[in-house]
Amino acid sequence: MNLYLRRRIVNYISLALSMLAMAFGLFWLLWILYTLVKNGLGGLTPALLYMETPAPGSPGGLANAIVGSLAMAGMGTLIGTPIGILAGTYLAEFGQRGWLAPTTRFINDILLSAPSIVIGLFIYEVYVRQVGHFSGWAGAFALSLLVIPVVVRTTENMLRLVPSAMREAAYALGAPQWKMVLLISLRAAKAGVVTGILLAVARISGETAPLLFTSLNNQFFSNMNQPMANLPVVIFQYAMSPYEDWHALAWAGSLLIGVFVLGINILARTLVRNPSQH
Amino acid sequence: MTSQEQRLKAQKIQDQIFRGSTRFFAFLVLVLLLGIIGSLIWGAMPALKAFGFGFLFSGDWNPVTEQFGGLNSITGTLLSSFIALLIGVPVSFGIAIFLTELSPVWLRRPLGMAIELLAGVPSIIYGMWGLFIFAPWFADNIQPKLTSWTEGIPLLGSLFQGPPMGIGMFSAGLILSIMVIPFIASVMRDVFEVVPPMLKESAYGLGCTTWEVVWNVVLPYTKNGVIGGVMLGLGRALGETMAVTFVIGNAQRSIESLFDPATSIAATLANEFTEATGELHTGALIELGLLLFVITFIVLSLSKLLLLRLQRNEGANA
Repeated sequence: MNLYLRRRIVNYISLALSMLAMAFGLFWLLWILYTLVKNGLGGLTPALLYMETPAPGSPGGLANAIVGSLAMAGMGTLIGTPIGILAGTYLAEFGQRGWLAPTTRFINDILLSAPSIVIGLFIYEVYVRQVGHFSGWAGAFALSLLVIPVVVRTTENMLRLVPSAMREAAYALGAPQWKMVLLISLRAAKAGVVTGILLAVARISGETAPLLFTSLNNQFFSNMNQPMANLPVVIFQYAMSPYEDWHALAWAGSLLIGVFVLGINILARTLVRNPSQH
Repeated sequence: MTSQEQRLKAQKIQDQIFRGSTRFFAFLVLVLLLGIIGSLIWGAMPALKAFGFGFLFSGDWNPVTEQFGGLNSITGTLLSSFIALLIGVPVSFGIAIFLTELSPVWLRRPLGMAIELLAGVPSIIYGMWGLFIFAPWFADNIQPKLTSWTEGIPLLGSLFQGPPMGIGMFSAGLILSIMVIPFIASVMRDVFEVVPPMLKESAYGLGCTTWEVVWNVVLPYTKNGVIGGVMLGLGRALGETMAVTFVIGNAQRSIESLFDPATSIAATLANEFTEATGELHTGALIELGLLLFVITFIVLSLSKLLLLRLQRNEGANA
């Protein structure tokens, strides 16, 4: 009896601890989201969208930072996505034999979790240092390098879910390989591939570290060939400053990024569930 | 040559071009890795030449006298990640058990998604929250208690000494643990789910409690996967930049207590890189980046190998 009782108590304690762990995780999430909304909501004014980042003490917004972020994240996605899709296609469709596919898969998974600040250093070395100045393009290149591994991974995973009977049917009708891949495989995996791209966009939208050494920051609007303002770096600088009004802007910017990134994350997860149900 | 033959020939060429271009881009991913390592070594050359292996063992970081040693940053990175794992691994384990064994089925998806959202929160938001909300709260409510509770206990007491500032090594480790929990927990949940139901049911049939099933059946079966997940979390923690930069305190010195402000490789880079003057300072910073990359590369490779081994076993048993 004693043994049974002890085992039961151990069981209850461990399961209670497991529930506590779950509560621990949710607690932080709710706390972070709550402070984000509480502190950011006050700063959400129309001026945020049409005024440039101010000097301390004067009124201003985040317009140039928002535009800069959109431009760099957009360019980064445009550069990274085709490369990622083609590389992922190779891994799933043509990489059955040889050393290239397994090695690339391995390296890609490592790049997926590699520190993003190192990617920033890499672009600094090969681009910023060569052209001699920070620029929006450098930021876009750094972000595109973060897009590639995400897109490669999801593209490959999604293509593998496409039943090979569909491929064989296309071949039996005499379709060439490129038509089969583009019009059958990739089309069947479309929702999954789009999900991958969305997740990549969500990831780079909040990235700060790789932009510190590439696009730097700019107090004004600029083109892609100059140092370019962007939300994460502006938030970083403003939060580290001693000025109250800069802090308010940083919170408002954080709320913008947070809503955008979490929104895309949720959208991506609902997207990927639907095709598997069909 | 008939027109049909011509078309076939054209198709063959198109196919070759298509296959070749996909192969080229797959190859590009490999080149990227080599490029990163190569360019970092090239950029770190001035520091590598000037300091050699001494760089790893010297804590002397002085841009004015151009003396650079990475010891403080390296220990900061390792220690903060270690704290993150110490807190994060048991919690992730608990969450994974809850999601696979305890939670009612209808709650699994939303709760799993909530934990994954923790991974989606941009690190700059963790940083803002850590600096403005968490650090003051921690300094007012938790730090003094920890200090007084552990006072007099030989080893533990000295770890939790010092003025309650909120920011410092311990806060950085704690926030890192929140950031790695979703990664570790979701890998653990996924590998727990591959355990054949037959195994678990046999154990239940013998009269095991839920905890005994998890501890004696599920965990041994998924050991490699669990370690792989922990390594993945470690890889994330080592390279995390912004959240750590906000709360670690950015002090280039060796620490005596976990409440002391400290620094990490990533935080040093984020703070000093754009203001670095001179070849040697930049070179030393890039050498730190190179070290960070090499450490995470090794950790992530181990993680990947362990997870691959689990997959292979799963295939063999299926």
